[in-house]
Amino acid sequence: MTILLFGVTKDIIGSSTLSMPSSSEFGSKKTKTVKELKEYLSKIYPELKKLSSLAVAVNNSYANDDTIIDNFDEIALIPPVSGG
Amino acid sequence: MNINRYQRQTVLKDFGPQAQQKLKNSSVLVVGAGGLGIPVLQYLNAMGIGTIGVIEQDDIEITNLQRQVLYTEKDLGRSKIEVVLERLSAQNSNTQFKTFDTFLTKHNALEIISQFDVIVDGSDNFPTRYLINDACVILKKPFVSGAIQGFEGQLSVFNYQGGPTYRCLFPNMPTLEEIPNCNENGVLGVIPGIIGNLQALETVKIISGVGKILNGKLLLFNGLNQSYQTITFSLKPQNTAIKKLLESYGTEVCKVDKNIGIEEFENRLKIQKHVQIIDVRTKEEFENFSLPQLKALNIPLNELKDRTEELDSLNPIYLLCQSGKRSGMAVRILEGINPELELYNILGGVDQFLALQK
Repeated sequence: MTILLFGVTKDIIGSSTLSMPSSSEFGSKKTKTVKELKEYLSKIYPELKKLSSLAVAVNNSYANDDTIIDNFDEIALIPPVSGG
Repeated sequence: MNINRYQRQTVLKDFGPQAQQKLKNSSVLVVGAGGLGIPVLQYLNAMGIGTIGVIEQDDIEITNLQRQVLYTEKDLGRSKIEVVLERLSAQNSNTQFKTFDTFLTKHNALEIISQFDVIVDGSDNFPTRYLINDACVILKKPFVSGAIQGFEGQLSVFNYQGGPTYRCLFPNMPTLEEIPNCNENGVLGVIPGIIGNLQALETVKIISGVGKILNGKLLLFNGLNQSYQTITFSLKPQNTAIKKLLESYGTEVCKVDKNIGIEEFENRLKIQKHVQIIDVRTKEEFENFSLPQLKALNIPLNELKDRTEELDSLNPIYLLCQSGKRSGMAVRILEGINPELELYNILGGVDQFLALQK
């Protein structure tokens, strides 16, 4: 699973993409949702927890908390930006 | 008007004189004449939009010049709206301009936005972005949204023909703690130029009916690897049911540092003759202990909203509490009510005064 990072999530995680190996604690579970992914990432990167307005896309479509994801999906974490 | 003026675009088979006429008959409001707003304004004006509105209240500062390419060193200190009008009138004398030397607020948003066909959001803060969204939803106007940070940009057309809105993507305004504030926010000069030009393109497409509009899609641009990614999203019907604006959109503290320390505050008191000091602690706290030399007016935080007529809108207002926390909240509340107020939060509050006296 590849996670693309935008805006402040890139600063929090420290790179523009994140690869999740399938053998990780999270990857070994059978059913996964966007919510579970967020919770998992927040454990590793507590700063992410603060982002109440974060949008998540799965394979280039906006996803809800209960959207199912698997190892082949491309995820994007998209916080709003305000600069002009 | 010289009919050759727009020949290079009217010659396009898919554009033609019909589309040109639509541009001429249309009106566009650009919110903010900054990094995004400037390229939007320059291109819309060049291409022949009939009526262009600009809303902006800032003056030109040296730190603007790296990305706001309409302004020159000679313009430093001048009002943006004045310079914009001067330059754009020289660029295209056929355009009608409507300038609004103010910030967009909940008090003026509906009245101003209702005068235009399409709105372009080139603002630099979340409160204005959510205000534009809500006002456009109420008035059923499409708006072309661009936003930038660092080496990245976001672009989308919201509320187009009843389609998805900004709140379908980002339902609620992020808190100040979540997203870095403007001072920490850097941006590479050319990035707003890229996103602003794309906003101008979407605006022209909406008006002329040419091409496919970027509605229900968010374009993410990353300048570092020249990547464009498009995310699709759909309408959440509750977001088009907005009937009136929120009581408050809050305000991001962007321009001036509104927090000042005790020493700075005391220095200012020596120079500034007319200031108002509001102590937002409770009546009991205030009666129990206050600093008589400050001649502060006690308006407890929870009464602030209802007692705004007691505020001095012509002079600086300093907000004070025990530790600086409630006074910080007071600044945000008052900014939401009246962005024209000149507000400062005294850091450390009464505790800090006492600590320094010891």
